[in-house]
Amino acid sequence: MKYLDEYRDAGIAHALAARVRQRVTRPWVLMEICGGQTHTIMRYGLPDLLPPEIELVHGPGCPVCVAPLEIVDRAIEIAGRPGVIFVSYGDMLRVPGSRSDLFRVKAAGGDVRIAYSPMEALKIARQNPERQVVFFGIGFETTAPANAMAVWQAKREGLANFSMLVSHVLVPPAIRLILASPSNRVQGFIAPGHVCSVMGFREYEALSAEFRVPMVVGGFEPVDLLESVAMLVDQLEDGRAELENQYSRSVTRAGSATAHRMMEEVFEVTDRQWRGIGPIAASGYRLRNAYAAFDAERVFGAGDICVEEPPECIAALVMQGLKKPLDCPAFGTRCTPDRPLGAPMVSSEGACAAYYAYRRHTGGGEAA
Amino acid sequence: MTGFTCPVPIATTDSVLLGHGSGGRLSAELLRDIFLPAFANPLLARLEDQAVLEFAGARLAFTTDSFVVKPLFFRGGDIGSLAVHGTVNDLAMGGARPLALSAAFILEEGFTMADLRRIADSMARAAERAGVSIVTGDTKVVERDCGDGVYINTTGIGVVAEGVNLSAAHARPGDAVILSGAIGDHGAAILTEREGLELEGAIQSDSAPLNGLVDAIFAVTREVRAMRDPTRGGLASTLNEIAAQSRVGITLTEQAIPVHEGVRGACEVLGLDPLYVANEGKLVAIVPAEWAEEIVCAMRRHPLGAEAAVIGTVTARDPGLVTMRSAFGTTRIVDMLAGDQLPRIC
Repeated sequence: MKYLDEYRDAGIAHALAARVRQRVTRPWVLMEICGGQTHTIMRYGLPDLLPPEIELVHGPGCPVCVAPLEIVDRAIEIAGRPGVIFVSYGDMLRVPGSRSDLFRVKAAGGDVRIAYSPMEALKIARQNPERQVVFFGIGFETTAPANAMAVWQAKREGLANFSMLVSHVLVPPAIRLILASPSNRVQGFIAPGHVCSVMGFREYEALSAEFRVPMVVGGFEPVDLLESVAMLVDQLEDGRAELENQYSRSVTRAGSATAHRMMEEVFEVTDRQWRGIGPIAASGYRLRNAYAAFDAERVFGAGDICVEEPPECIAALVMQGLKKPLDCPAFGTRCTPDRPLGAPMVSSEGACAAYYAYRRHTGGGEAA
Repeated sequence: MTGFTCPVPIATTDSVLLGHGSGGRLSAELLRDIFLPAFANPLLARLEDQAVLEFAGARLAFTTDSFVVKPLFFRGGDIGSLAVHGTVNDLAMGGARPLALSAAFILEEGFTMADLRRIADSMARAAERAGVSIVTGDTKVVERDCGDGVYINTTGIGVVAEGVNLSAAHARPGDAVILSGAIGDHGAAILTEREGLELEGAIQSDSAPLNGLVDAIFAVTREVRAMRDPTRGGLASTLNEIAAQSRVGITLTEQAIPVHEGVRGACEVLGLDPLYVANEGKLVAIVPAEWAEEIVCAMRRHPLGAEAAVIGTVTARDPGLVTMRSAFGTTRIVDMLAGDQLPRIC
């Protein structure tokens, strides 16, 4: 495929791995933030190409995994109401709430639909004026502009039957939490390329400078990730701590001004609960008061559904890079993608699910 | 705190989910928990795509399949041709020459006669191409909104060729895994049509009868261990079934598996893995290594096998697991999916 194959080229990948092998003199712990990057790393078996000094740990960047239990329960409650059409990205449907999931709501007669974009939900709302259409607006900064755009558009059109259940989370506060922790092991970060395409990388420059930690904005193909690792190792071996941009074909320092304006118009920063981690201050978006009429929690009065999130399990340690999925005694036995016990086993982007899908065979590197 | 306190897992479902029809792990649970205990008998317990009955000295293959597809008409076929090919192929994968088919229709009130005629004509052409007749049938009509226009069930009966003994449980370490051509065409054609994706070079379904290709294989040797057509659940699910039933490992070579450019593009856009996307005109054959080259050559001479290739080997290592060696020289697991493949959020 044009524009993609060169980033999956085995020759380039091996050359980058060789560059890391030559450069590395001591162990380094690196973290990729985004679940999409975790997925590629596991799918292509990148840890097997890298020298043993390089340890890759996997960050909390799977929006499906970190969606708190109570928002899933609110979604399930709203989706089960008569007359509601509940529209969601596909991989939220299997996420278990405290008692059920959206697939089961659908089986029990709920009108739950999969969409690739919130604009599809708007279209459904226009076509079904007598029904309430609710879009499940979750994700990181990547999905926020489109979700903001849908709400803004709905207000402009005066669509009275459209609302959004918002549970947006932001990446930089999660990185700050990891770096500020006294038990932090991470010495370099691959910053999330898609998020930075939207947001730019100023926030990451600030984090890199404040905590004196190297960061490289990385893409999502195996060559992108290996090059990002090589750039981080160069910085660490040189004793530098800067922000560098590997994903320059898509990311600029300032990001997308249009997207920023749209998010600023519709959303405001709020505290958010992260599944498996707990509350993080100023770590998410909610709809501004001016858009209250499109806030599903207010429209349906579902905001008071609160679930006691169970005390932290190993998921919190996995998502902060302190443990590997295989360190968990329940991994692959009591906890599988069919019957997930914890957040990172839920979505295919979760670290535990990626290990389960790709790395539990003999010769599977660390998974052996 | 003692032990794990993560969210409590939800117990096995008390109602049918869409995923139970995906051909993945949920489908297998449905068989294991409901149908196999209810119908228990040795023929069914073999869990092949067809039952083989011994009758008056002959071995008869017997199979049935129901077709529910949206849209009803797609590039490269329609529900009618699919219903004929699907059952012909289930017979062919048992090494059987199809003798006759039945066709049962569940029609929705209001479905147009023009579309029904178009489907019937398409079935007739497909049957002729496969060299089989539709000899009995049934029609029922359900009320408007109680069906998707038309559902079709076809049942087939065929004669298993002399000296052939195929089973997904027969793969042995050292065997070669042969794939007849590029994967994902059918599923990608349906999905792009459903999502209204306009891609360069429209993707055609590969829906086709495989009995001719099977004849080409048997002309080389009848010493084939197993054959399957990787329909719903795709190549990955089919190979996982063979690995599980034969208690062997299967190792694939990623670069050896052909995927057409358009299908790769569509899967990239839709966030899907072609290994799990449905095919309707491809077969996987597990054969003794010494026959592999000759069989591939014979398949390539047949129009439906032009891209046939050895894509992997059967191993004694990791029984029940399918693994794949990437272009990078690393290996990963190719797992069975729980239910339908879900597009990822980012």
